[in-house]
Amino acid sequence: MASLDRVKVLVLGDSGVGKSSLVHLLCHNQVLGNPSWTVGCSVDVRVHDYKEGTPEEKAYYIELWDVGGSVGSASSVKSTRAVFYNSVNGIILVHDLTNKKSSQNLHRWSLEALNKDSSPTGVIVSNGDYDREQFAENPIPLLLIGTKYDQIPENKRNDVLARTAFLSEDFNAEEINLDCTNPRYFAAGSSNAVKLSRFFDKVIEKRYFIRDPCQATAFTDKKRFNFKSLHYD
Amino acid sequence: VRQYVVQVVFSITFAFSCTMFELIIFEILGTLSTASRYFHWKLNLYVILLVLIFVVPFYIGYFVVSNIRLLQRQRLLFACVVWFTFMYFFWKLGDPFPILSPKHGILSIEQLISRVGVIGVTLMALLSGFGAVNCPYTYMSYFLRNVTDSDILALERRLQQTMDMIVSKKKRIAMTRRQMYQRGEDQSKQTGFWGIIKSVTSSPSASENLSLIQQEVDALEELSRQLFLETVDLQATKERIEYSKTFQGKYFNVLGYFFSIYCVWKIFMATINIVFDRVGKTDPVTRGIEITVNYLGIQFDVKFWSQHISFILVGIIIVTSIRGLLITLTKFFYAISSSKSSNVIVLVLAQIMGMYFVSSVLLIRMSMPLEYRTIVTEVLGELQFNFYHRWFDVIFLVSALSSILFLYLAHKQAPEKHMTP
Repeated sequence: MASLDRVKVLVLGDSGVGKSSLVHLLCHNQVLGNPSWTVGCSVDVRVHDYKEGTPEEKAYYIELWDVGGSVGSASSVKSTRAVFYNSVNGIILVHDLTNKKSSQNLHRWSLEALNKDSSPTGVIVSNGDYDREQFAENPIPLLLIGTKYDQIPENKRNDVLARTAFLSEDFNAEEINLDCTNPRYFAAGSSNAVKLSRFFDKVIEKRYFIRDPCQATAFTDKKRFNFKSLHYD
Repeated sequence: VRQYVVQVVFSITFAFSCTMFELIIFEILGTLSTASRYFHWKLNLYVILLVLIFVVPFYIGYFVVSNIRLLQRQRLLFACVVWFTFMYFFWKLGDPFPILSPKHGILSIEQLISRVGVIGVTLMALLSGFGAVNCPYTYMSYFLRNVTDSDILALERRLQQTMDMIVSKKKRIAMTRRQMYQRGEDQSKQTGFWGIIKSVTSSPSASENLSLIQQEVDALEELSRQLFLETVDLQATKERIEYSKTFQGKYFNVLGYFFSIYCVWKIFMATINIVFDRVGKTDPVTRGIEITVNYLGIQFDVKFWSQHISFILVGIIIVTSIRGLLITLTKFFYAISSSKSSNVIVLVLAQIMGMYFVSSVLLIRMSMPLEYRTIVTEVLGELQFNFYHRWFDVIFLVSALSSILFLYLAHKQAPEKHMTP
């Protein structure tokens, strides 16, 4: 059994939006029967074929780390959660389409994850407020997933879709809207499946294949900063 | 919470409960004429009882029933059924307690209040018993265990290692399953008989392997959850230690000492009340002032001071209990809310809050000097107040003792795990 390279993707979102069901659906192609509250973090693995269908096809492990909890947790919970945020290669932000607050909280979630991740490279956080520039040059790919699509009444669907489109523009990310109790949404060949595999490809590329030379120097710069901060401890 | 009705009901309950407290304060202050106060009391009581006993349980039943998918069709019918069972139990509740007096009819206010009072008093005593013990425990830094950074780091490292182990095992499962899937595809091309025999011989070992690994993964996941919770605990303790070193922390620490003395005194009083089987006639403030006057011989105008001090004390008690209750309720609400059951939870909370307030009115009578008790006694009719006080003391003592036991066990268990020598 050859061991493949791995890529780590965080799945973030408020309590009860359906992260655990989503992860289960992605990894086992089955619907999660009895979802219960996630304590701490639960990991699941999916084998993804990078560049499927081309001669350069290679399989990678994608680890989906499903972190439980809410943005308003006590700081002790937050600092414990930070343990899971090390060396993240991609982030999936999950929000509930029937609950506006969960989409608003996504900004805080992404800030929490990115702040832990970015060592002092000069990304200044303006007291937690949202700053679009941060996401523009953000090296970590984001994917936005809206769940409980089936629970929106027909007449409100357009408003909700417009709102989520706006949100995905904010994050400079792709978006998928689905219902986690229905495996049909990720059937092979559907647009959702295409978006998903494109996202995973992007994550793998950013991790293993550095394209631009300026990105290469950015990487090594980061490493040097990391080293320095460790030294001062 | 999206339903308009739920919001309205909750706010009504809250508003009327607060009005009751305002009325008490007006009592002491002496504003407004007696007649109008009396009228307001009556009105308030009627409305609150109406809401607490009729409206809220009905809606609770309604929402609970609509959550259960089977009974969607005849929601109203089932809600009525639930409501009737509630009324039945509510009535039965009155039997073992000595509160029925033969003079009053069935639907009189006294009956209803008495029952609501019983439930509310039980609740209050439980909560305050636990709170009385928990408060000194959390505030006093004496109880804080020493947590160093290295403890936390060590625990975090263990957590990371466990997660890595889980990940590697899951990778094996995924890989095995993928290979099985691919082999399954290949096998479908093979012709019938031979293909079947091959599948029989090759797959059992793989699936056995899988289930074994799956069990290990489950055990590891349980371990990771435990480690996570312990780490959170340690972080919280460390933060509290840091907080206690600051100025604010020290201030709260001192407050904590005072408060714990008060709690201990309350427990002591409750024990005495039960053991000696008496109910205090005079309130603690007046008695305290009398004692000081007698012992120290200072010229105090007892009446004047007792009025003001008791007013302040009652105000403090009211404010802190409202605040404490609301904070606990909000925390509770955030912890267990989900979009399905949030309506039910809000209604249950409204019910609890209403009962809590009604019974605290009953009990506050204990802390008020004699002349103010008259109107409360007048309005609420001939309730056996003594019984309530006794009942409160009993439950308070029971809950305080059990929470002491519980905290002691929890405290003993924790430090043995991760103290570095």
